[in-house]
Amino acid sequence: MAETLSRPQNPREWLALVLVWGAAGLVTAVFCWLLGDIVWHGLSHVSWTFLTAPPENAGRRGGIGPILVSTSLILGVCLSVSLPIGIGTAVLLAEFTSNHSLFGRMTRRSLDVLAGVPSIVFGLFGNAFFCKTLGLGFSILSGGLTLACMVLPILIRSTEEGFRAVPTSYRLSAAALGLSRTTTLVHLLLPAAVPGLLVGLVLGVGRAIAETAALIFTSGYVDRMPESLLDSGRALSIHIFDLSMNVSGGDANAYASALVLVIMLLAINGTVSWLAIYGLHRKIVAA
Amino acid sequence: MTSLSSNTLSRWSTDELLCWSLRGIATIAGAIVILIVVFLIVEALPALQHVGLLRFFTDPSWHPAEGLYNLTPMLWGTLFAMTGSVLIATPLGILSAVFCHYYAPLILARPYRRLIELLAGIPSVVYGFWGLVVMVPLIAEIQPPGPSLLAGILILTIMILPTIALMADASLANVPQQYLRGAAALGLPRWATIRGVVFPAAKSGLFTGVILETGRAIGETMAILMVSGNVVQTPSSVFAPIRTLTANIALEMAYALGDHRAALFVSGLVLMAMIVALVVSAGWISRGRMYG
Repeated sequence: MAETLSRPQNPREWLALVLVWGAAGLVTAVFCWLLGDIVWHGLSHVSWTFLTAPPENAGRRGGIGPILVSTSLILGVCLSVSLPIGIGTAVLLAEFTSNHSLFGRMTRRSLDVLAGVPSIVFGLFGNAFFCKTLGLGFSILSGGLTLACMVLPILIRSTEEGFRAVPTSYRLSAAALGLSRTTTLVHLLLPAAVPGLLVGLVLGVGRAIAETAALIFTSGYVDRMPESLLDSGRALSIHIFDLSMNVSGGDANAYASALVLVIMLLAINGTVSWLAIYGLHRKIVAA
Repeated sequence: MTSLSSNTLSRWSTDELLCWSLRGIATIAGAIVILIVVFLIVEALPALQHVGLLRFFTDPSWHPAEGLYNLTPMLWGTLFAMTGSVLIATPLGILSAVFCHYYAPLILARPYRRLIELLAGIPSVVYGFWGLVVMVPLIAEIQPPGPSLLAGILILTIMILPTIALMADASLANVPQQYLRGAAALGLPRWATIRGVVFPAAKSGLFTGVILETGRAIGETMAILMVSGNVVQTPSSVFAPIRTLTANIALEMAYALGDHRAALFVSGLVLMAMIVALVVSAGWISRGRMYG
C-alpha cells in the first residue's frame, strides 16, 4: 500500500501524516527515555557480587541474592501447579469439547473473566484463601499458588492455539489407523503442539516475575534467604517497590534491581518472538 | 476444528478415563473465578452486615479507625485516572497501529511493533519506579507537590498504550485486502482510506481494545500507587494527589483488621464487578475469544 499511494496532496492528509509519525515518535521517545534511564543508572551497580550477596541495611547496600532465590522458588511453585492444570484444560478445550457445548463455553467465559481480574484482587483472594483458610501463612507457597491462578488464562490460551494449529489430517489419520485418542494425543498432537505450549509457558513466566501487587500479601516482605517453601520470601519486584517507596536512599539498588528485572523480561520476550517465528510457523513436526 | 466426538470413534477405556480427568482439571481452572468471588464475598460480609452498603457512599470520610468508610473519593480517583489515561492512550495507540500498517516503511514497521511488545512486557513496578524518580520531580517543577492525578494519568497511559496498540494492530491486520485495493482504485488518498474504509471495517476490534485497556487502567495498582500521592480526597485539579481503590487495598491491607479488613474486601468486590462488566461487554462486542 505504501508504494501505491503518492505524496499527500491536501492539508488533511498532511495533518494525518504528521500526527501518525508524531505518535510513533512520541512512543519511541518515551520508551528510549525509560529504558535508557534504567540502564544508565543501573548498569554501574550490577555485578556478580550484587547478584549473589544478601541485602544489607534494609537493601540500601548489599545485593539481591536471597531475593533472586525467593523469586525463582515462587516461580517454581507457580509453574508446577499451573502447567498441569493449564495443559489439561487446553487439551480439553481444543480436542475433547466442541466450541459450542455448554461446558466449553462456561469454562472459556470464566477464563475470560479470570484474565481480567486485577492483580490486587488476586492478592486479596490469595491472602484470604491460601494464607488464612488453608493456613499456609505468608509463604512462598501461598505466593506461588496465587500466581498460578493468575497465569492460567495466558497459559491455556497459547497452549490451546498450539493444539489448534495442528492439522486436522493428523487426527483423522490417527483415527483411521485405529489409534486410541490417548495415544494420538501423547504421540502425535502433544509433540506437534509444543511450540504453542512453549510460548504460553514463557508468557506466563513473564507475567509471573513482573507481578508485585498479588505477592505483597501472600509471599510477604522478608528478605532473608528462604529455608523452606513455608518461609516468607521477597520477590524481585517487591524488592524494587520497597526500596523506592519505603527505604530512603535505596534508589541506587532499586535501579540495579529494576535493570536485572528488565533484562530478565527482555530475554523472555526475545524467546517468545523467536519461538513464534521459528516454532509456530514450522508447524509440522516429525512425530 | 473437527472435534472428534468422544464416543463415536473410539472404544478405548483409557480414552474415557483421560476425558473425565481432563474435565476434572478444566473444572478446577473454571472454578477459580467462582472461588475468588466467593472468598471476596465471605470476607466482605462482616462489613456489609455491620456497616451496610449505603454507608460506603454516604459516610463523611474514610477513617476506618473511627468506623467511617466512605469509598467515593477513591472511586473518583480510580475513575479520573482511568478516564484520563484512556482518553490519551486510545488515539496514541490506534495511531501507532496505523503507523505500523500504513505509514511506516517496512524497515521501521517491524522494529516498531517489537518495541510495543517490549513495552507490554515491562513490569508495572518498573514503570512506577521510573515515574517516581523521573516524572514526579518534573511535575513538581511545574506545580508542587508532584505526586498527583496527572502523574497517575501519564504513567497509566504509558502502561495501557501497548494493550490498545497491539489490539488495534491485530484488528487492522484483519481488514480484507480487497477493501484497500478498492479504495486505491477509487483514488482515495491514504488518510481518507484509513478513516473511511479501515476504521469502520476494524471497528469491533478497536472497541474491544479500548475495553481491555480500560480494564487494565482500573486494575493497575503498583505504578499508580507509587506516583499519585495517595491522599484520600476527591481531586480538585490534575495536580492534586489522589488515591485509587487498588492503591487503597495495597496500602492498608498490611495492618487492617476486623471491619476495616472487610471494607477493603468490599472495594475488591467493587473492582471485580467493574471488570466483569467490562469483560461481558467485550465478549458482547467481539463475540469471540479474547482472554490472555
